[in-house]
Amino acid sequence: MEERWSTEHVLSLAPDQSSQKAAGKLSGPAPWSETGWGGGALWGLCKGSGSTPYRTAVELGTPAYTCSCPSRKFPCKHALGLLLLWAGAAEAVAAGSEVPEWVEEWLSSRQDAAEQKAARQQAKAAEADPAAARRRAERRSARVAAGAQELRLRLADGVRRGLADHTTDASWEEVAARMVDAQAPGLAGRVRELGHTPQGDLLEEYALLHLLAGAFTRVEELPEPLAATVRTRVGFTTDASELLAGPTVRDRWQVLGSRDTADERLTTRRLWLRGAKTGRPALLLAFGRPGQAPELALPTGRVLEAELAFHPGSRPLRATLGTRYGTPEQGPAEPPAGLTPAEAMAAYGTAVAQDPWLESWPAVLSEVVPVLSPEGWQLTDGHSAVRVRRGSVPEQALWRLAAVSAGRPVTLFGECGHAGFAPVTVWAEGARPIGVAQ
Amino acid sequence: MTAPTFTPATAGEDWAELQTVALLGTDRRPLPPAGGTPALVTVASAVDRTDQAAALLELAALSTVRRRAGAQALPAPGLPEAAAPDHRPELPEAAARRLSVLLGGRASGGAPANLAELLPQWLATARERGYRPPAALVPPLLDAARARSELRGDAVALAGPLGRWLAERNPDWRFVNRTADGTRPAPAEPDRSTETGGPDGSVDPAEQVWQEGLFAERVTHLTRLRRTDPGRGLELLRSTWPTERAEDRVLFLDALQDGLSGADEPFLEAALSDRSKNVRATAAELLSTLPGSGLATRMAERARAAVRLDGSRLAVSPPTVCDAAMQRDGITVKSPTGRGERAWWFGEIVAAAPLAFWTTETGLGPEELLRLPAGDGTSDWTDDLREAWARAAVRQQDAAWARALLGPAPREGRPGRTAGTPSKLLSVLPGAERAAWTAAFVRAHGLADAFQLLGACATPWTPPLSTAVVAALERAARSGSYPWSHSGVLGMTERALAPETAPAVEALAADAAPDTAWADTFERLAGTLRFRAAMLDELGG
Repeated sequence: MEERWSTEHVLSLAPDQSSQKAAGKLSGPAPWSETGWGGGALWGLCKGSGSTPYRTAVELGTPAYTCSCPSRKFPCKHALGLLLLWAGAAEAVAAGSEVPEWVEEWLSSRQDAAEQKAARQQAKAAEADPAAARRRAERRSARVAAGAQELRLRLADGVRRGLADHTTDASWEEVAARMVDAQAPGLAGRVRELGHTPQGDLLEEYALLHLLAGAFTRVEELPEPLAATVRTRVGFTTDASELLAGPTVRDRWQVLGSRDTADERLTTRRLWLRGAKTGRPALLLAFGRPGQAPELALPTGRVLEAELAFHPGSRPLRATLGTRYGTPEQGPAEPPAGLTPAEAMAAYGTAVAQDPWLESWPAVLSEVVPVLSPEGWQLTDGHSAVRVRRGSVPEQALWRLAAVSAGRPVTLFGECGHAGFAPVTVWAEGARPIGVAQ
Repeated sequence: MTAPTFTPATAGEDWAELQTVALLGTDRRPLPPAGGTPALVTVASAVDRTDQAAALLELAALSTVRRRAGAQALPAPGLPEAAAPDHRPELPEAAARRLSVLLGGRASGGAPANLAELLPQWLATARERGYRPPAALVPPLLDAARARSELRGDAVALAGPLGRWLAERNPDWRFVNRTADGTRPAPAEPDRSTETGGPDGSVDPAEQVWQEGLFAERVTHLTRLRRTDPGRGLELLRSTWPTERAEDRVLFLDALQDGLSGADEPFLEAALSDRSKNVRATAAELLSTLPGSGLATRMAERARAAVRLDGSRLAVSPPTVCDAAMQRDGITVKSPTGRGERAWWFGEIVAAAPLAFWTTETGLGPEELLRLPAGDGTSDWTDDLREAWARAAVRQQDAAWARALLGPAPREGRPGRTAGTPSKLLSVLPGAERAAWTAAFVRAHGLADAFQLLGACATPWTPPLSTAVVAALERAARSGSYPWSHSGVLGMTERALAPETAPAVEALAADAAPDTAWADTFERLAGTLRFRAAMLDELGG
C-alpha cells in the first residue's frame, strides 16, 4: 500500500490555476460518496448538478485519471478534488476497500492498451528496413550540414558588417525558417532567440552558435560523447525506446524539484532527480497539451527506485524513465546534501568545460540566506555568494523564498550557471520542501 | 582540473576589444593580436585568420567559454538580521490550503462562494485561534491586505513577526508598520521590547516614530499606546500638540477615544478653546461621553433649565439664545439641519447631557420617562426629546436607555415606534440581545427594511436570527418577488448566516422550482454555507 500524497503534490498536478480553485471546492467530503482506495487506485462518486453522480477514478502509479464528467481539462476538477480529499483527511477515504467493477474495468483496459502499444512498437521495429533507415539518416545529416554551413556564413556576415548595423535583425526569423527546413530545430530555436538578445550579450550568442554550427560540419571527427552533445543541440532526437534498450542506471532517485513552463503550444515539465547511490543528477522532461498537465508527476522530496536511460552526450543530464520498482516512497526527512555558492560555481565551470553550450548545471546550495542587495537578490552562506538569475523566477516567488527563510539559512535546489542561480525548491528547517515558483 | 591561471583584468580587456570589433564590424576594424596568458596565446594563435569575421567569432567563442568555465562566486554580502521567532502553532494543513485558495481567489464567474467576501471572516477566526500562517503564504497575505485596507488589522496580526520583518524589506508592505493590529494589552509579551526601545538606552524608537514618522504611523502609534498605557499616550500627544496641524489634531483627538478617562479631561477642556472648529467639536463630543466631566455637568445644568417634570408630563422650555458658553461647549449657533434654531440647540443639549441626570432629576427610569408626553404648552416636543435621547444613548453607550428607546421586540401587525436610528441603538446592546431584537423585527416586517439592522449584528448570526432570515427568504420566494430585490441582504446572508442553518437552506434549494432565479440563489447560498462551515471547521475550535 502506498502512502497518501501531500496536498502540494496534488495541486501540482492541476493543469491551471482555475482547476486548483475548482478542485479546492470539491475537496470536502460533502459531494463525495462510495469513495475507496486500494489496489493502486482511488475512486469515488461526485455529486454534480446532474442527476447521476460522476464516476471518478485515479490510478496512482502512473498516475492516470478517468472521470465521466464532460470536462476537457485533464485531470479534471473531480479527479483533483478526490485526490485532495484523500490527501487531506485520513478518515475521509477508507483504505483497502474492494475495487468496484467499473474501476476494475478501467484499470484492465489501461493495461490492455499498454500491452498493445508495446506489441505495436515491437512489430514496427521488426518491420523496419535498416538499410532504408540509414539512407534516410544520411540524407538528413547532409541537409543539416548544409543548413549549418549557411548559418556560419550568415553569422560571419553579421560581425563583418558590425553588430551595430541593425539591418540584419529582422531577417533572423527568416534564417530560423531556413533552419527548420534544413531539419535542424535546435539551430532554429537559437537563431530565433537572437532577435530578442540584448546587444551586450549578442557577441557571446553569435560566437557559441557559430561554434555549434561549425562543430556539426565536422561532427564525424569529434569524440563520440561530444558529437552526441552537438547532435542533440542541433536538434537530433533519440527515440525513448531506443535509449531504454541501451545501458540504464538503476538507483534510488530522489526528486529534487520540478517546474512547469507553458507556451501556447505546450506545457513542459522539468523534473530534477539525484541518485542516492551514484550521486548523479538527472533531468526528466514531460510534455502536455495546453490546459493539460503533463502525465509524469513525481512529488518533490520523494524517492523512486527506477532505471534511467541517459541521453548520450559529453555531460549527460537528460534521462528517460524506464522500469520503476515500486511507487515513490517518502524521502529522507533532512534536506539533501549540498555545496557552498563557490563550490556550485566551480561545479558549473567544470561542466561547461565539457559542454561549452551549457547554460547551467543543477546544484543544491546548503545553508544559504537569500539577501536583497542593491544589485538584486543574492544567495550567500556568509563566505561566498551567487546572484539569483534575473527573470528566472517571478518577483513574488523571491519574496516567498525570503519569507520561508526569514533571514535564516535554508537549503536550496536550482540551476547554477554563468548568469546566476535559478532557484527551484527550498527546504527550510524542519519543513517540507516548497517549490519556489509555484 | 588544472585551469590555466589568468588575471581577470586581461580577460576583461581582451573581451572588451573583441566586442568593439564585433560592434563596428571586421570590415572597419582589424582583429586584435592574440593576448592573455601564454597558453591562451597558443590556442588563439591557432585560429585561422584568413576570414577575419569567422576568426572573430572563434576567438569570441574561446573567450566566452573560458570566462564561463572560470566564473567565480561573488564576495558575500552582509547577512540580514533574522525575523523574530513566532511561537504560535502553525495552521492545520487543511486551513492553510483554504487560505491559499482564498488568497488566490479573485471571485470568478460561477464560483459558489464569493471568496473575497469570506477572507475577512477567515482571517478574523484564524487570528482569534492564535495560529501562525505558513511562511510561504505571508507574502500573498500581505499583498491582499495591501489591496484591501479593511483586512489589514487581522492580516498584520496573523502575519506576526515575519510580516513585520518582510515589511522592513519590501516598500510595498510598508503599511504593516502603520497598521494598529488591535493587539489588546498583552501582558508579559517579550516582543514588546522591540516596540518600546532597546535595552541599550539609545533613542527610543517609539518616540522616534512620534517625532519623525508619517502621519498614519503616528496615529497608529498613539492608538496602540492608548490601549496599553493611556496616560503615556496623552503625555506624548501633549508634548507636540501646539505644533500639530489642525486637521491632524482632529484625528489625534479621535485616537483618545481609546482608554478615555477623567485624566484626559483637563486636556480636552483646554481643547475646547482650540483655534479650529473641528477640534473644538471633537473635544466637546469626547467630553460629553465622560460622565462627571465639567462639560457634562454644564450640559446637565442646561438640560435642567430646558426640561422639567410637571406632573405626568415633561414641560419643555428650549433655550432662547446660544450664548458664548454654549458655543464653547461645542454647540453651533446655526442649525445645520434646517430645523429651527431653538429646536437644534435643545437637541444638542439633551444629546450631550449625561443620561443618568434624568433619573436623578426626576426619580424615573428610562421607560417611564419615554412614556411621558413632552411639550411647551403650544407644540409637542416628544419626538425631539426622543431623538436627542437616542443620540445620547449611542454616544454614551448606555444599554438601558438604548433598550428602552428601541422598545420591546417588534411583533407582527404592531408598527415599531423607535426613535433615532435603530441600527445605531442596537449596536449599543449586547450581541445576543441585538440578534434577538433583529430576529423579531425580521419575523414581523420581513427583509425589506432589515439591511442596516442585520448589518449591526455580529457575524456569524445566532441560530435564531439565521432561522428568521431563512424563513423570511422563503416567504419572499413564495410571494413571487425577485431575488435581486434582496441582493443586499443576500450578500450579507452569505457571509453571516450560521452554518447550522445549512440543512434548512439545502431544503429550500431542493424545493425551489428548478431553473428559477430563487433556485439558483438558494443553491449558491447553500454552497457558500458548506464552504464556510468547512472553512471554520478546519480552523478548529
